[in-house]
Amino acid sequence: MKTATSTAPRRNAFLQKLWHQRFLLALSVPFVIWLIIFCYIPLVGWVIAFQDYKPHLGFFNQEWVGLKHFEALFKAPMFYQALWNTLGMSVLLLVFGFTSSIGFALLLNELTSLKFKKFVQTVSYLPHFVSWVIVASIITSMLSLSGPINEWLVDWGILKKPFDFMAQPDLFWWIVVFADMWKETGWNAIIYLAAMSAIDPQLYEAALVDGANRLQRIWYITLPGIRYTVITLLILSIGNIINIGFERQYLLGNAVVAPKALVLDKYALDFGIGLFRYSYGTAIGIFKSGVSIVMLVIANQLAHRFGERKIF
Amino acid sequence: MLERRLISHRRVYFSLFDVVLNTFMFFVVVITLYPFLNILAKSLNDPIDTVKGGITIFPRVFTLDNYRVLFEGGSRLPRAFQVSVLRTVIGALLGVLSCAMFAYPLSRDDFVFKKSFSTLLVITMYVSGGLIPGYLLIRSLGLINSFWVYIIPGLINAFNVIVIRSYIDTIPPSLQESARIDGANDITIFFKIILPLCTPVLATIGLFIAVGQWNSWFDTYLYARGNENLTTLQYELMKVLDSAQTSSRVDIYSESIKMARKNPEAIKMAITMVATLPIVMVYPFLQRYFVTGITLGAIKE
Repeated sequence: MKTATSTAPRRNAFLQKLWHQRFLLALSVPFVIWLIIFCYIPLVGWVIAFQDYKPHLGFFNQEWVGLKHFEALFKAPMFYQALWNTLGMSVLLLVFGFTSSIGFALLLNELTSLKFKKFVQTVSYLPHFVSWVIVASIITSMLSLSGPINEWLVDWGILKKPFDFMAQPDLFWWIVVFADMWKETGWNAIIYLAAMSAIDPQLYEAALVDGANRLQRIWYITLPGIRYTVITLLILSIGNIINIGFERQYLLGNAVVAPKALVLDKYALDFGIGLFRYSYGTAIGIFKSGVSIVMLVIANQLAHRFGERKIF
Repeated sequence: MLERRLISHRRVYFSLFDVVLNTFMFFVVVITLYPFLNILAKSLNDPIDTVKGGITIFPRVFTLDNYRVLFEGGSRLPRAFQVSVLRTVIGALLGVLSCAMFAYPLSRDDFVFKKSFSTLLVITMYVSGGLIPGYLLIRSLGLINSFWVYIIPGLINAFNVIVIRSYIDTIPPSLQESARIDGANDITIFFKIILPLCTPVLATIGLFIAVGQWNSWFDTYLYARGNENLTTLQYELMKVLDSAQTSSRVDIYSESIKMARKNPEAIKMAITMVATLPIVMVYPFLQRYFVTGITLGAIKE
């Protein structure tokens, strides 16, 4: 009796509040439905990795096969090849991407002419805004047998005849790394420049009075000043080390370098969609998600061990 | 005295450090711009002359033929250009409006579902179903080979919604209060007060979405390959690249155009320029917005 009288008005009050906020609901509920359809239903789709998924059977009539696809995956030599390529390129991209953008930001920060600094920055953003398709088109043209790089190398007598850069499996990782640096260094420097502008100018003045030269000021003031930004971004990148995508490899690669260009996402695409092995492809996706969670936790712990704040 | 010492100090290092630094930066500019200018020059040069080599940043035998064949009869390029423009404009407008519509209720402290809807949104930044479940979803929704596959699956982006919401948070609440006293409902407040005041952030987000739309090719490859009418500029360029690398012939033209088959390299250059030009024209004016957007996002995370 008592509960009935206390909940009924409360429920009424809630419904009244909903009615009162009906316009806010009208603005947001369609997008919540969108989120459920486009973000949460695919998550439920993970279960097909444990089934022999056949589209014509519908979602509820599939045959469950347990870990069969994971076992097949871990026995496939191609999987290890793709994993090795993914990790190899990721590590190179991480090391060179970080050092080049931090270095570029440090150097930009030292330019005395603000006009020239702005000009260099504007130019360095340009490749970021064009697509990987365009970048791949540019890189392949520059490195082609009749491209400018070969023309110069032959003109200057470094090479006797043009060298086919794009057909060297051993060079492929480095071409990807170089293309990525060309495209993203300027853009990735923005965040470090923002962190540098937050450093107290009094520190520089004090160092100047103490007789610190420019390199010493960079080393003892600027770099420690951006440390937290660097570590945060590093942790996020380490978490994403397996999520390399395949755009770069797909667009820059060709049949000759294919063994070096195969990455996990491409493997999932070829087998999962190309060969209609949906369950197998999903198993690759789940493996990737698992690895990235583990990597994120490890990186976060390491940062903590070295006396940094955790980011999660 | 001290000031004088500082000035002389600076001057000593100007000669040593700055010369090297400025030269280095000059090279960065050259390395970034040269490939674009080289391709522009080659796209405007006679293809037979280009083969002789030696083109730097100026065409030697000027011609517009490489561009002309792109837009002549039988070519898919005009259609691809049209689709690229359409998806960029529609995608950016609908995307911005949707993100803003979702952001407004989430900015309201009195909204009953503020917490739960926000959580539902933020989770999507960290987990995703991945390639295959996503593909199967799009297929079962019947979006394959439909124009809307370019628009609907990317309508909302959690990051964009959060950026807009934090911008709305900076608008004085008194503006909404006074409108409410005048009898305006929440939808009127959103369209008449919030949206106009959000113009700067909406421009930023709109540009992010537009650049993403213009540059994307993989959704065409995955979802709209089967419909020739939905091909985009980036996808056509991707196919040229693909066929050049497997050294098969370029198949974007009908048999009647011999030129295209003779000079796939020149065609590649011309398409690259057509796909780059819109970006090059807008980005210097917009970089201010982009930079504010990226730093705002970084602070809010």
